[in-house]
Amino acid sequence: MNGLLEFLTSFPTLLHSAVIFGTVILFGALGEILTEKGGNLNLGVPGIMYMGGIAGLASTFLYENVYCANAGITPNTAICVILCLVSTFLAAALGGLIYSFLTITLRTNQNVTGLTLTIFGAGLGNFFGGSLNKLAGGVGQVNVNVTSEAFRAYSTKLVDFFDGFTGKLGLGTLLFSYGFLTYVAIIIAVAIWFFLDKTRTGLSLRSVGENTATADAAGIPVTKYKYLATCIGAGISGFGGTYYVMNYIKGTWENQGTIEALGWLAVALVIFATWKPLRSIWGAYLFGILYWAYNYIGGLNRSTIELFKMLPYVFTLLVLITVSLRRRKEDQPPASLGLPYFREER
Amino acid sequence: MNKEPLIRISKRDGISFFRSAAIRAIAILLSLIVSAFVIYAIVKLNPLHVYGSMWDGAFGTEKRVWYLLRDMMILTCIAIGLAPAFKMRFWNIGAEGQMLVGGIATAFFMRNYADSMPLWLLFVCMIAGALLCGAIWGLIPGFFKAKWNTNETLFTLMMNYIAIQFTSFCVAKWENPFGSNTVGTLNPATKKGWIGNLLSDGYNNDFLCLVLIVLVLAALMWAYLRYSKQGYEIAVVGDSENTAKYAGIRVNRVYIRTMAISGAICGFAGFLAVSAVSHTISTSTAGGRGFTAIIVAWLAKMNPFVMILISALLTFLDKGAIQIATDYGLNEYASKIITGIVLFFILGSEFFINYRMKFRHHKKEEV
Repeated sequence: MNGLLEFLTSFPTLLHSAVIFGTVILFGALGEILTEKGGNLNLGVPGIMYMGGIAGLASTFLYENVYCANAGITPNTAICVILCLVSTFLAAALGGLIYSFLTITLRTNQNVTGLTLTIFGAGLGNFFGGSLNKLAGGVGQVNVNVTSEAFRAYSTKLVDFFDGFTGKLGLGTLLFSYGFLTYVAIIIAVAIWFFLDKTRTGLSLRSVGENTATADAAGIPVTKYKYLATCIGAGISGFGGTYYVMNYIKGTWENQGTIEALGWLAVALVIFATWKPLRSIWGAYLFGILYWAYNYIGGLNRSTIELFKMLPYVFTLLVLITVSLRRRKEDQPPASLGLPYFREER
Repeated sequence: MNKEPLIRISKRDGISFFRSAAIRAIAILLSLIVSAFVIYAIVKLNPLHVYGSMWDGAFGTEKRVWYLLRDMMILTCIAIGLAPAFKMRFWNIGAEGQMLVGGIATAFFMRNYADSMPLWLLFVCMIAGALLCGAIWGLIPGFFKAKWNTNETLFTLMMNYIAIQFTSFCVAKWENPFGSNTVGTLNPATKKGWIGNLLSDGYNNDFLCLVLIVLVLAALMWAYLRYSKQGYEIAVVGDSENTAKYAGIRVNRVYIRTMAISGAICGFAGFLAVSAVSHTISTSTAGGRGFTAIIVAWLAKMNPFVMILISALLTFLDKGAIQIATDYGLNEYASKIITGIVLFFILGSEFFINYRMKFRHHKKEEV
């Protein structure tokens, strides 16, 4: 009973950390939803998140700690942020481009190519993350303070204002105390929903993912759609890596393979959300709650905590099973997901 | 108006062994050249020296050769486990998890019953436990695929992470010494449950047993897929589920049976990793090899003997790149970058083996 009470009173704090955790996988999942709607099952999401994360970190490191430090000027925050975002997107989209070129043009197997991309991206990220500072002739850990703080900045006025009249509930902290990318993720989710469900191009993309041959016969440029959906999707997934680097571990790098685990969780979230961008928003935060819940439940020891961390995956499995049991059309994966399409082989 | 496309692509009817080997060799060569550029860009050293150092890392001493063989055989064993599933076009991405549960079962018996059981019974229990746990882990997604057509790629992927968390749970429960968050070497004094100890004492025997066992397994799997009735059924189901149904093959039963076999062999790989290699259990008992093995099995086109070759190449790259890392003071993830590049090229080369490209002719000159 005490445990329950403790859990309830600490719920706002739990929710706060859940949102930060959830945003990492939300980015990954949103990109993957776009990719999978085009019929490509890209298992390279963890690798792509690594590529995005390391590009964001490396570019700002070069600007902040090498260029500005050598020139003796203080880094410009706006340049830091823009540089970081652009290089994240480009590096992650490059990962998507490698995947698209191999699977779409050279017709390699999607699963195998995606897994290779994960190995490659993880290698790239961990290699440079671990040796950036050394290569630049420094010692110790990489650290990009200015950029990280810019990413984590929020308006204290707004937070205080709302905290003022919601008292102990701390609504201001709960809603407004995150870095700007947290809100960008939600905006992207809504944008992808609008694109897929309300625009003609989105409809065409979905038809490519459902029945590629029919889409091709209807005159939709299938190859172009698949390339664009995969590359842009990868670019969006990449922000998950950068959010992790800048907001979650505050502008540094760690080699414990967390991004990889989170990348697979992002793939899980796509299934959990049944390929719906809006559902993935609360799904992401729910995963965050499930992930952190052990901190707030009394009476757990170190081994049972590990069992608790299983929950997001178990939930995803249950959703996967339920979806296949109920056979509701709107919950199914895109029909040609993971299948190759070669026009002349039909 | 009707412009002929620049390149036309058509499927090849067949390709001579010589030509396909040449295409693959060119792909590997190209990938090494690209990797050389990457190496040069990072360390600014002569890539030839660097490759020399890779060679040293893999074959430099007798011990290193044994390590190479050991890792290569474990990787091959997992890939052998995946072969029947892939042949059936069932995407078993769950080798990582199946291997871990097999390892947990092995470690469980090694840890708790080493002193109370006779040695032969201990080994029977360890192997049976590993096979059974792996089989169950593979059977669950197989069952759901057969019954409700649940997507097996995503299902097996999730099962990996459940297994990983379960491993962390066991590690925390069995940790030794307290607070280390590792299980520590099991039975370090008596070496009970170490497979190399079946014959005599000595470290290298572990690896020798491992190599022999996996070679036998490769031969068995090759024969199973090629000559047995079940192997034939797997091939038919993989080619076309409808044909299989029409031919009177009970497809659901084949799915479930094959996934149990596939999972059991991956669980057996977990047994080998614990009993013959690490003598402990941790999440790095699998360490991503379950994923790498997928690529190995696919590139080998499910042929166990080709798997040995591909595993050898990948393990060589891995060992070599780790050697570069220590020689030049870099971190060892460099190996993953090079592995990734080489795999991209090998994957891409399949296209030129399967398809013929025709470039546009200048027809105007003829007219």
